[in-house]
Amino acid sequence: MAMTATADRAHADPHHIGVVIEHPGPAPKRIVTAYGFWVFLLSDIVMFSCFFAAYAVLADQTAGGPKGSEIFDQRNVAIETVCLLLSSFTCGMASIAADVRNRFWFYLGMAVTCVLGLIFLAIEFREFADLVARGYGPSRSAFLTSFFSLVGCHGLHVSAGVLWLLTMMAQVFAKGFRADVLRRMMCFALFWHALDIVWVGVFSVVYLLGSGT
Amino acid sequence: MSDQTHMLAGHDLAPGDEEQHSVGARILGYVVGLALALLLTATSFFIAGTDLVWQPSIPVALIVLAIAQMGVHLVFFLHITTGPDNTNNVLALAFGLLVVFLVVGGTVWIMSHLNANMPPMDQIMPMRR
Repeated sequence: MAMTATADRAHADPHHIGVVIEHPGPAPKRIVTAYGFWVFLLSDIVMFSCFFAAYAVLADQTAGGPKGSEIFDQRNVAIETVCLLLSSFTCGMASIAADVRNRFWFYLGMAVTCVLGLIFLAIEFREFADLVARGYGPSRSAFLTSFFSLVGCHGLHVSAGVLWLLTMMAQVFAKGFRADVLRRMMCFALFWHALDIVWVGVFSVVYLLGSGT
Repeated sequence: MSDQTHMLAGHDLAPGDEEQHSVGARILGYVVGLALALLLTATSFFIAGTDLVWQPSIPVALIVLAIAQMGVHLVFFLHITTGPDNTNNVLALAFGLLVVFLVVGGTVWIMSHLNANMPPMDQIMPMRR
């Protein structure tokens, strides 16, 4: 007993400066997990910034092919933007429902998020298929290469997000609102909101700036 | 590490987590965020297609609106605040932004100078033959 007390004391005051500070100990796992995921998201955003930089440099290199203003359909982009924005909102509702352990609102919020994400993906896929059918595929010009890789990379992230979303619904269905499931749900919500932030950059820089000039 | 869902007193906040609020207050936060984001999005789409404003100001306005909307998302959806329990999250964000600005700004700066100092393509092509 005395041994442990001494050990504790030495641990709290490793340099024997005589001031024992009440240390709260390691952070709860929820904070550690979410912080690690936050750092991952930021590095993902750094990766996106490279695609943005490539697009900004190559936007005028059309090699005789179409310019952005000739191939972008603002109405489609507006629908995509509203879908993603609303899905971010419903994802927030689902994470509140998960925090208060309400299954009905959780499933409803996640299902609406999933449908909105799928509508977004369908519109984007149709846009890509239409461009390729007209001969404006990614190999047509440097501008189209950078356009397809930037927007396609975001689309791949959304697809992965939809798969993750379905996994989270299945996990809550099978395991209930356990602490580890709630941590994954929190990471998923961070991921989905971060995708929406990247999309704000995409529609502003690619579609709106590109169609103006 | 304890497996608690909610933070203990004196700890930091996880990114995405809020301080303890009632469900109503949390939903209200998301509604305000959604309304602001929709307003900024609508403004962006309106400005991009209008003749009512001075044309050279449009790109600047679009970029400012985009940054404002990213800020709205960070505050209302990701719950990044300036509180002392959020210091770690804000510092990580600040470092991320530094790298983003170095990459994008540096690339655009260097490549525009290269472009300006290159002879036009139709003069290069004969030289290579």
